[in-house]
Amino acid sequence: MSLTSTVTDGTRIITVNAERIDAALAIQFKEDMRTETEAGPDHVILDLSSVNFIDSSGLGAIVAAMKQMGGHRNLDLAGLTPTVDKVFRLTRMDTVFNLFSSLEDAKAAIGN
Amino acid sequence: MLCPPLSDSQRMANEFEYCTVASELGVREAVSRAIEHLKTLGLQEEQAGNVEIALSEAANNVVEHAYAGMLPGEVCITGRLLQGILSIEIRDEGAPLPSGKLPEGKPADLSCAFEDLPEGGFGWFLIRSLTETVDYDRIEGVNTLSLRFNLA
Repeated sequence: MSLTSTVTDGTRIITVNAERIDAALAIQFKEDMRTETEAGPDHVILDLSSVNFIDSSGLGAIVAAMKQMGGHRNLDLAGLTPTVDKVFRLTRMDTVFNLFSSLEDAKAAIGN
Repeated sequence: MLCPPLSDSQRMANEFEYCTVASELGVREAVSRAIEHLKTLGLQEEQAGNVEIALSEAANNVVEHAYAGMLPGEVCITGRLLQGILSIEIRDEGAPLPSGKLPEGKPADLSCAFEDLPEGGFGWFLIRSLTETVDYDRIEGVNTLSLRFNLA
């Protein structure tokens, strides 16, 4: 399992326990996200603060994880390290996701 | 053999060569080693991150496309940093690029319905965004992709 997860104040917080979400991890990551988000709160924060590298496969897996949650639910991203942040901004995926520099900021934005 | 290894005495400190079986894990390790080597040559974190993204995309394309449907062969990453210019070559013996040309690498279209958001197709756009030049050549069954970065 590449993830751990808790529910706090009606929000699921999923922490990625990997330094890289790359082609070698993408499929497992997507399946682990399905397991973690299948039931439970509509609002999910993905804590990426341990991740220092993502490639297009990892980016695609995060998009897929959001899509498999369904359009009525929210996946926010927190704790983006510089290289991860760059991939989201270059591909304009920063217009699709809410990005927060820290988990605390992401929680504050939804009033927790 | 795709890349006869240089002995340490033949290779300068500002040059590197990492070869691996073309698998996702092999590429992860070879790219990580190349980036570690570049950091010893003084690349800053942001520059190293840019190179790592482009290099990882290019090498994973070899795994996913060049060797698709065949036994994975070798992929070799060689590089040289000289006067602020980083030149990297990625070589493989897989299938040539479709129509022998580099993809245009357009940005992915995000102006679509939620369920149609793209889950791939970002790779060439990232490579082109992060490099100065990209060139492709195929000679005697060997693909060579050349990436050039201006780090000055």
